[in-house]
Amino acid sequence: MDFGLSQEQQMLAESVTRLLRELCSLDQVRQVAEGGSAVSAQTQAALAEMGLPGLVVPVTYGGLGMGMLDAAIVATAMGEAVAPVPFAGRYVMAPLALIEAGTEAQKEQWLPRIASGEVSFGVGVQELISSRDGSGLRCTGGKLTGAALFVLDCEDADHFLVADEFGRLHIVSAQAEGLELIALKTIDATRAVGELRLASTPAEGLVDDGGAVARRVIAAGRILLAADSLGGADAMIAQAVVYAGQREQFGRVIGSFQAVKHMCAEMAAKIEPCRSLVWYAGHAFDAVPAEAELVACHAKSHTGEVGRFVARAAIEVHGGMGFTDLLGLHYWFKRIGFDRQVLGGPEAVREEAAMLQGWTARAD
Amino acid sequence: MDLSYGPEYETFREEVRDFIAVNRHLAPKNAGRAARPSKEGVAWQKLLIEHGYTARTIPREYGGFGAEPDILKSRIIAEEFARAGVPGGLANQGISMLVPTLLELGTEEQKRRWIQPTLAGEVVWCQGYSEPGSGSDLASLKTNARVENGEFVINGQKIWTSTAKEADMIFCLVRTEGDAAKHQGISYLIFPMSTPGIEVHPLKTMTGHAEFNETFFTDVRVPVDQIVGQRGQGWFVANATLGHERGMLGDPDALENRLVGLIQLMKAEQLGGARLIDLPAFRDRLVALQAEVAAMKYNGMRILSNQIKGEPGGMAKLIVKLQACELAHQISALAIDALGELGILYHGSAHERANGSWQWNYMFQLGLIIGGGTAQIQKNIISERGLNMPREPRLDLPKRPSAQGGQ
Repeated sequence: MDFGLSQEQQMLAESVTRLLRELCSLDQVRQVAEGGSAVSAQTQAALAEMGLPGLVVPVTYGGLGMGMLDAAIVATAMGEAVAPVPFAGRYVMAPLALIEAGTEAQKEQWLPRIASGEVSFGVGVQELISSRDGSGLRCTGGKLTGAALFVLDCEDADHFLVADEFGRLHIVSAQAEGLELIALKTIDATRAVGELRLASTPAEGLVDDGGAVARRVIAAGRILLAADSLGGADAMIAQAVVYAGQREQFGRVIGSFQAVKHMCAEMAAKIEPCRSLVWYAGHAFDAVPAEAELVACHAKSHTGEVGRFVARAAIEVHGGMGFTDLLGLHYWFKRIGFDRQVLGGPEAVREEAAMLQGWTARAD
Repeated sequence: MDLSYGPEYETFREEVRDFIAVNRHLAPKNAGRAARPSKEGVAWQKLLIEHGYTARTIPREYGGFGAEPDILKSRIIAEEFARAGVPGGLANQGISMLVPTLLELGTEEQKRRWIQPTLAGEVVWCQGYSEPGSGSDLASLKTNARVENGEFVINGQKIWTSTAKEADMIFCLVRTEGDAAKHQGISYLIFPMSTPGIEVHPLKTMTGHAEFNETFFTDVRVPVDQIVGQRGQGWFVANATLGHERGMLGDPDALENRLVGLIQLMKAEQLGGARLIDLPAFRDRLVALQAEVAAMKYNGMRILSNQIKGEPGGMAKLIVKLQACELAHQISALAIDALGELGILYHGSAHERANGSWQWNYMFQLGLIIGGGTAQIQKNIISERGLNMPREPRLDLPKRPSAQGGQ
């Protein structure tokens, strides 16, 4: 019995964190964001050298064969650094879809190339949760038509993994006929999301399983967004505590006022159980599949709520400076905001959690 | 991450299950919150001790089972009794607070005299710590004792003395060294509640019941050897076990049980032909609480793992009292809200649900948010010990005495 991270996992977390501290300082994040890209090429290259693209790809296909808890740990480090690099969609959700819904030939064709970084996926599954402005993809005769919104990690993607209206997953080449990618501008400058418009675009379908794997892919994405928010919240609390220990007003450091101390305590008290929940969700995804979807919902919705609280309170501890662009706290605030809304906001995800437990009597 | 207990422990779990299956008919029926166990309760406690299912690590010569500490086995016992819905060993203040204190700091004679009957449920204790003027600032307590003819003569008042009416004995903090600094002037005394000069008045709370008492001392005479630790060391003696109380107030199993009760209620109750659980507003709150209870459950497993490895509990542990008490209160709040106007029925009214226990819990849990270190004191602890933020200004910070002491 050991609920916690193994030594290897602690080392993984430390090495990613160290790399990001070196290459992905706030100045670097700012530069990338102000340059209109959501990807720090330098950071991405260094992470690729560590083998990150093959993190969850099985060893037999040239990857590292790690699990969802490992991926969650990496996501936490990414959130802590507000790292502008593709991760959840490209390096976890896409390979996971192929591992679980690819034919042997498809696995052999795609997984080694994902692991080596030869192909780069964007992932569009948001419509299975919520269709906005008429978005959704219809498959007829092996061709897809329609729009997919909030396609994750779409910058520089040469392929896309998308879900059709029945939850079947497909691979589409970025060069395919009738495909158009429109970048969506969000609050979060460190993430690339886009709208994919397809018009009779040829697609390669994965196994048609009624959406079962697509739901697993969404659960994985939710765990990673929660893990990302956890890291973002950690970084915001740490900055708030440091700032409160330096900033003086009324002749005292503001961290000696209970009004400020108690805000920090509340942030810490709320985020700490989220860490346990996210770890368990990562563990359960591989080890307790029967619980995986429900606990992924819990991790996503609860960390989304706590993330919002921390993002706001940490800014407040910084007073007026927190509100400015100078300190850059807003990068974390916005990243946590992104994590909360994408792949289902807390209310939508709780509704799903209720349905998973048979607690709903919807008229439809 | 390895959540299996391993074959040795699974064998142990089977043993516990077998024991429960064979003996559950002997368990007391209405153990509830009664301060003094019934005859069946005492017999049940005896049986549990004989099998090592309570008082497990307390040495045999003091009436325990005498096993080596094994956190996982203790955990398995708690899990299996909770799962079976069968009462486990007694968990009163004597057993949870006085016994560990005596084991750590009592004299050999005190251990032999008090631990066994306390474990057996024959001697019931109450705790005399808080005073009307000394709550969060407990060390400012004013109940005092002067020494006369080899006796302490105690005068003063304690509050929040639950079970004082039923108790045989009290463990009590009193100021014996009037001229010493605040934390150095206190002694930890133990004496019978039948001692002349003690008066107990029930303290009625907002729940309408008197779960606590006020206890008054007028020239109460106690032999000077009825002290645990040395004179003036009482603060440190008491602190050796305050951690046990905080632990009790954040039990994740208790949260899960309450949540299960809430889910059952929301499935059983209907409004306009729909189950309460199918009404979107309440269902949303329920799932939100379910996620929080899950988070606290895994947080508890993390603390358990740290204990097994002998590592400090860290932030995961510091936050438990604050978070768990709040969450328990919120669970009761949702039950009341989901019941709508029925939620206010109380005092055995017609149409009342679950004997008014949701309302009682809702109010009592507000008491628990305040008791055992208020939420505000918890936030001081989290920010100071967990986040290393500046400490609250304090007068005469206590120093731990070099003789004895230590947790």
